[in-house]
Amino acid sequence: MHFEYQIEGGNFTRAGFASSEIKKMLKQLNVDLAIIKRTVVATYEAEVNVVAHAYSGTIYVDVDEKKIIIKLVDEGPGIPDIEQAMKEGYSTASSRVREMGFGAGMGLPNMKKNADDLKISSEVGKGTTVEIRMRFSS
Amino acid sequence: MTVEQLKEKLGLKVFGGEQGLANEISGGYVSDLLSDVMGNADTGQIWITLQTHKNVMAIASLKDLVAIILVKNHEPEEDTLAQSNEEGIPLLGTNMSTFELSGKIYELLK
Repeated sequence: MHFEYQIEGGNFTRAGFASSEIKKMLKQLNVDLAIIKRTVVATYEAEVNVVAHAYSGTIYVDVDEKKIIIKLVDEGPGIPDIEQAMKEGYSTASSRVREMGFGAGMGLPNMKKNADDLKISSEVGKGTTVEIRMRFSS
Repeated sequence: MTVEQLKEKLGLKVFGGEQGLANEISGGYVSDLLSDVMGNADTGQIWITLQTHKNVMAIASLKDLVAIILVKNHEPEEDTLAQSNEEGIPLLGTNMSTFELSGKIYELLK
């Protein structure tokens, strides 16, 4: 099954909307609650990153009987040093974003902790692609 | 203990989300960093914070938290309140500081 959701860069009033839709859809598909919980954390953090840093983005979700693949593709500034960005506490968020309680440098570590598999690729000046994979244990 | 019982015991103000007052509290989490709550709070907990913008409701909903308590007389923004009512997640308030409120709730729940 394939689903797509749009993310608007900079629009914090809509942040989390796509993650909420994905959560509802996974519940309807009767996905194990523990997997939904981890998927929601990883997806929300990735969605907020697109809102905080990029101009726009699309989430592509594919679910089959073995796995969930969530791919977030954004048009934005990109990440020059992914290894550095993955470090707990490292953030390039604006002061406005930090005042809201985001941008504490915990987003990417949260994604890594909760996803079964996390792949990030980025091109500076073009955008970032994040792929979150969740496996249904058999 | 339910959210309603906690509200009664501590004289908390109810801003919105009354539909969820009967929900049972499993514990609590205290933080003003949203990713901290996202990563570490758990289903059924109440969340104590001073953040008043709409994203706190998104997090409470995604994490299945049972209520949010705003400290030190902070008031929710309009769209935060609207989402609280829409989702039925109570949004409560107090004049207490985070330290004082957390201590009292910890005693009541332990």
